[in-house]
Amino acid sequence: MLTIKNLSARYGDFQALFDISLELQQGETVAIIGSNGAGKSTFLRSLAGLIRNAPDAIVFNGAAVGDKPANQILSSGIALVPEGRRLFPSLSVEENLRIGAYRKRPGNWSLERIYELFPVLEKLRKRPGTALSGGQQQMVAIGRALMSNPQLLLCDEISLGLAPTTIKDIYAALPSIKADGTTVMLVEQDINQALAVSDRFYCFQEGRVSLTGKSGEVGMDQIKTAYFGV
Amino acid sequence: MDWINTVLQGVLLGGLYAMFAVGLSLIFGVMRLVNIAHGDFIVLASYLALVVVSHFGLSPLASLAVVVPIMFILGYVLQRVLLNRTLGNDILPPLLVTFGLSIILQNGLMQVFSADSQKLSQGELEVASVSMGSLSVGVMPLIVFCTAVVIIGGLQLLFYKSSIGRAFRGTSDDQHTAQLMGINNARIFGIAMALAMAVVSIAAVFLSIRTSFDPTVGPARLLYGFEAVIIGGLGSLWGTLAGGVILGVAQAVGAKIDPGWQILAGHLVFLAILVVRPRGLFPRSVD
Repeated sequence: MLTIKNLSARYGDFQALFDISLELQQGETVAIIGSNGAGKSTFLRSLAGLIRNAPDAIVFNGAAVGDKPANQILSSGIALVPEGRRLFPSLSVEENLRIGAYRKRPGNWSLERIYELFPVLEKLRKRPGTALSGGQQQMVAIGRALMSNPQLLLCDEISLGLAPTTIKDIYAALPSIKADGTTVMLVEQDINQALAVSDRFYCFQEGRVSLTGKSGEVGMDQIKTAYFGV
Repeated sequence: MDWINTVLQGVLLGGLYAMFAVGLSLIFGVMRLVNIAHGDFIVLASYLALVVVSHFGLSPLASLAVVVPIMFILGYVLQRVLLNRTLGNDILPPLLVTFGLSIILQNGLMQVFSADSQKLSQGELEVASVSMGSLSVGVMPLIVFCTAVVIIGGLQLLFYKSSIGRAFRGTSDDQHTAQLMGINNARIFGIAMALAMAVVSIAAVFLSIRTSFDPTVGPARLLYGFEAVIIGGLGSLWGTLAGGVILGVAQAVGAKIDPGWQILAGHLVFLAILVVRPRGLFPRSVD
């Protein structure tokens, strides 16, 4: 479904990604792990069109989309839950969800289904999005991305700064999201969390893939070496 | 009774100022662009109406059917072709470019239409009035005020109840994240400018019926617009109407005390409100 070939990204003089190549199959859940500054977020931002690339560095459903801007990437079926949630402060919870459907593709997601997925949001729907707790905001951010009916959902550090019980609540929604055949790519700093929910993983180190394999089949020692580079 | 009449006239005049202001407020709200040429676009629309009126023999109010769509398209094209390129982290380029536009518009209009004052005539409607008790209220000012209320109410609905309204507000909050929602910022900005220009052209025709205009009056119109926006509070549409009304009443009361005080009284009230409420009367809660 998604083929990435020799993807590189730079911020001015600083090269953040070096020739990343990977493939994703429909319905998979893939984790990208790595330490701070390994290039994980840059990678997701490249996929979402916030960083432009060579056209055929990213091929999605047979179409070269590497040079498409973010708003067109969304229409092609890739949605990003950005790091830090980034809800719209002047929009209510419900408006934050609705704006996610601004250019939605055909599909099953609706306000009702988001409220089924995260019941706590329904009674908060009139509140400003940024008046919620961190975990609730993260739920809105995930719901907002789902409202566009993405084929591929990119999640950037969704557990960052949240309490363990909240993280559990959020990850509990993953099976329902996958039930529709949505492919999920997660960026996580928490290795255990990432490996527990994913089918496969890629470990990034200084902008390169240092290790890849099936989650649960690769030993922790090997992962730690790839993670820290020591 | 005299004073009540004065205040009422001021309120009705405020509707016109609110229409100047609402376009400025909308553009600033959505894309943080201060359009220095706003007043000159009011004058441009007035001349456009003048051409339509004199060539097609339409009444000024009927000319709106031609002027509004033309200004709408002009606004969209201007934003997409020119102003979008000036937007960024630095607020100076859009200021300079719209300042330049202001000069180009004034001189261009001077070249084509000369410096002579012009006025549009709506015939008997201009002098028609209705009696309300012992007060006599002009029909034209009433139409202007009601139009202002309808326009602002309509924009309010558009902003808070529609999909494109959410896109306007979302883009205003955070342009990068808005793109992730599939929103094309360049297009949203184009539509915002087009809407602002459509409102500008309605205000322009009403103003040209009320008073004469020449190519150089734009900046004075801009000033009233700015004052109304700032009194009302940036980003608040109903606040803009309140700002226009306060400015209109201040001018009317000032003129009642002494005809020379009309403009000064408006500016003094503006300054007083700026001292007491620097963010205006109804600022948006999130900036």
